[in-house]
Amino acid sequence: MIPTPNLDHLSPGDYEHVYEPAEDTFLLLDALEKDAEFLRNEIKPCICLEIGSGTGCVSTFLGKILGDGTALLICTDINPYASAITNKTGYHNSIQLDSITTNLVNGLLPRLYHSIDILCFNPPYVVTTSDDLYLSKSILEKAWAGGIDGREIIDKMLPLVDKLLSDKGVFYLLLINENKPNEVCEIMKNNYHLQSEVLLSRLAGREKQLILKFWRNTR
Amino acid sequence: MLQCHVKGCNSNNFPLQLSDVEIEIQETDFNPKFLRNMLSKLEWNALVKTALEINITTLPNVLPNDLDEEFLKMLHRVLLETHIKQGQMICPNCNHTYPIKDGIPNMLLSETET
Repeated sequence: MIPTPNLDHLSPGDYEHVYEPAEDTFLLLDALEKDAEFLRNEIKPCICLEIGSGTGCVSTFLGKILGDGTALLICTDINPYASAITNKTGYHNSIQLDSITTNLVNGLLPRLYHSIDILCFNPPYVVTTSDDLYLSKSILEKAWAGGIDGREIIDKMLPLVDKLLSDKGVFYLLLINENKPNEVCEIMKNNYHLQSEVLLSRLAGREKQLILKFWRNTR
Repeated sequence: MLQCHVKGCNSNNFPLQLSDVEIEIQETDFNPKFLRNMLSKLEWNALVKTALEINITTLPNVLPNDLDEEFLKMLHRVLLETHIKQGQMICPNCNHTYPIKDGIPNMLLSETET
């Protein structure tokens, strides 16, 4: 049992700028823990990447799972405040995280082409209107507003996953039922030959959350 | 590792050039396994060029075949203990400037640049 990262260094004021870990975050942690042996002994990652790291809870936890500090843990977030908090969370839990403030993975490709061994994304998945997504001035809203079917940002990420994943790479994606997870799996299979499974699912209130895991055919 | 992504800026845009940097050395545990892991992923020429911009002259122009402890310790110093706290990264092609603040590069562009 790996403890949840310590977030005592964050103040209530911090949560005005960054999304506080909730059920969805914890489901992603549980999925990584479920796969801990596999990640440590089979993937043996060199470079990990988390998109939308928020408080940095997920990558810190991943660093704890991997244990030996031999992987580079890169975290991106569109919110500069989140990038700073991510690094702090790593530091307070003795995990080195390298934050970059950017939209999804802008600036990281093509240098990281087919280089990512473990990719994690807890996307903005909440079903909203497109206007909520694109006209909102609130940086916090960008952490959850997902547009039509909650899929608008997710769908931007899908083609990038194929560019980022190494041959042995795995991608963990959190979705809710409204995001049409079956359709996402079909897109990944038909367009990029990526295999998938539902690793975990759970009800959080009325929301059915699931963790999809994707990998290349070659593995 | 970071590359300019301004719309239409497609060549000669890597590595970004460092400017006005403030460096901080933070000692960390020597981890030869991490360094050997990372070496296969590094673009050595880009690293050497970037290091020279901040007056680090310890890196050889060609990556040696024999990765002895002395070499790895030197690399540890450059890759893991040398932190750019503040500064700018400038695209050698379009001159776009990306800021580094508190050790975090900011690659965001305005809407007109994407």
